[in-house]
Amino acid sequence: MRSSTTGWLLLAPTIAVLVLTGVLPFLYVLAISFFDWNLFAVNPEPRWAAANNFRRLVHDAEFLKSIWLTLLFTLWVVASQVILGFALARLMMRDFPFKKVFRAVHTLPLMIAPIAVGATWRLMTVPGLGPIPYYLKDWFGIDYRLSMFPDQAFASVVVMDIWHWTPFVTLTILAGLSNLPQEPVEQARIDGAQEWQIFRDIVLPAMKPVLLTTIFIRIMDALRVVDEVWMLTQGGPGAETRFIGLHIWKIVFPKTDYGYGSAMSLLTLYMTIVICWLLYAAMTARKDRAS
Amino acid sequence: MTRPGQRWTTFAIWILLSLLTLLPIWWMFLVSVKQRADLFGKPSFLLDVSSMTWDNYASVITNPSFQKYMLNSLIVSTANAALVCALGLLAAYAMSRYRMKGKDNIFFWVLTNRMAPPAAFLLPLYLLYTGVFQAGEWSLFDTRIGLILLYCVLNLPFAFWLLQGIIDGIPAELDEAAYVDGASTWQVLRTIIIPLAGPGIAVTGILTWVFAWNEYLFASTLTSVNARTITTGLAEFVTVTGTNWGQMAAVAMLTLLPAALVLALVQKHIVAGLTFGAVKG
Repeated sequence: MRSSTTGWLLLAPTIAVLVLTGVLPFLYVLAISFFDWNLFAVNPEPRWAAANNFRRLVHDAEFLKSIWLTLLFTLWVVASQVILGFALARLMMRDFPFKKVFRAVHTLPLMIAPIAVGATWRLMTVPGLGPIPYYLKDWFGIDYRLSMFPDQAFASVVVMDIWHWTPFVTLTILAGLSNLPQEPVEQARIDGAQEWQIFRDIVLPAMKPVLLTTIFIRIMDALRVVDEVWMLTQGGPGAETRFIGLHIWKIVFPKTDYGYGSAMSLLTLYMTIVICWLLYAAMTARKDRAS
Repeated sequence: MTRPGQRWTTFAIWILLSLLTLLPIWWMFLVSVKQRADLFGKPSFLLDVSSMTWDNYASVITNPSFQKYMLNSLIVSTANAALVCALGLLAAYAMSRYRMKGKDNIFFWVLTNRMAPPAAFLLPLYLLYTGVFQAGEWSLFDTRIGLILLYCVLNLPFAFWLLQGIIDGIPAELDEAAYVDGASTWQVLRTIIIPLAGPGIAVTGILTWVFAWNEYLFASTLTSVNARTITTGLAEFVTVTGTNWGQMAAVAMLTLLPAALVLALVQKHIVAGLTFGAVKG
């Protein structure tokens, strides 16, 4: 080990850049959230407002609705992706021709820009042009219009996210499954255990760390989804798919109500941290009980 | 282990799944090579070669503002990838080889920067970029430098993490021997660490490049005219009235092309990359 001064010098540029682009904005948003500051107000100068902005938030129906929608969306996509991803990972564990090619194709959506994912699905769903509305009408007589039916819009956003992110779950679980020791499974088979018993009592417990990490990362990403939803539905119809990121970006931000917007940003950040922490607590609690 | 019958069933299922993955992208490609008159009507997933046209691509590529977006995206992503690799390498080396008080806290703090929801930072960053980070007439707002710096929040923790794992894998005895021979820290980095970590640096560079290329939210908020990127260009097609679907599809194809191209190079590392090494691929 060498002198720590050189070490700090090597770390300094990274710390400086992250302070500039991460810490400073955070402190700034924290400070503004206690002020009344609206460029278009009668008095455009910042004025001390104590906790008024936060008090307003609690009664802001639009804000609360967007939080509720975000949580609902997160629940739907993460649950579907974990179940689907687990199934696909087990399929991928099998031996079949052209495995590498299929794996590469399956990985493709992960690398595509979210905004392009949104554009892709928009082209699939535009009435008159896209195949989805056409064939839903032709085969099932379903009238599919994203701009009119909230449930369809919400479901479409969920399906798009499943298309986009299931591969992530598949790949992480696949990595976990590949690193699993095979002896306990073989032993259980010799002892005459059923496949579902092996899955429940051996595979699933051993996969817990990988599963929880995957779920954790997926929840964090689902909570902050913006780009692809904007491209597909613009948050509509009305505000039915306007998730929290979209709400801050499209509704609060353009209003130049900086104090209130800051309070909302902070609360969103806080919510993310709390969910983060709850998940972490749940993870460690389980570990304690198991041991 | 897999039974022969199961082998082919699995194969069939994966063909079906791959079709599901590729279908939306294939459809977008079809739209991008269709003539305007052929856009509407019964959708077909077959390519009609006789009426195929590259006009959409031609008009997009010859469009000066699109050229500017493309150039901006190239400059911003490349400069950001280079910057985070350089800074990340130094920081990762320090983290891996030096004993420092509180370095675990630093490590954790660096990673939290990646977890924060970007939308929560839009407002303060906008205010800082337009009103605080400025010198006279010049401000960071709507500059490529602004975006290059900003994408460090997303990419630097990532590069830092990935590179630390890679440097940890290089035996410390190698640098100790060089130090004994009188080499400086810089010489050790240049002659030992960088060559040995080369492939890892390349993967880090490629992944961060793609992340920067793909970013949209910050680019749309912190630029207005001069520094707009290709993702914001793509989004503009939706908001203007009378969307030109063919051209939008062409732009979207051009946007996702780099991702598809680098996929083969970094596929092995995507899992470790996206999970911050928590799951080894």
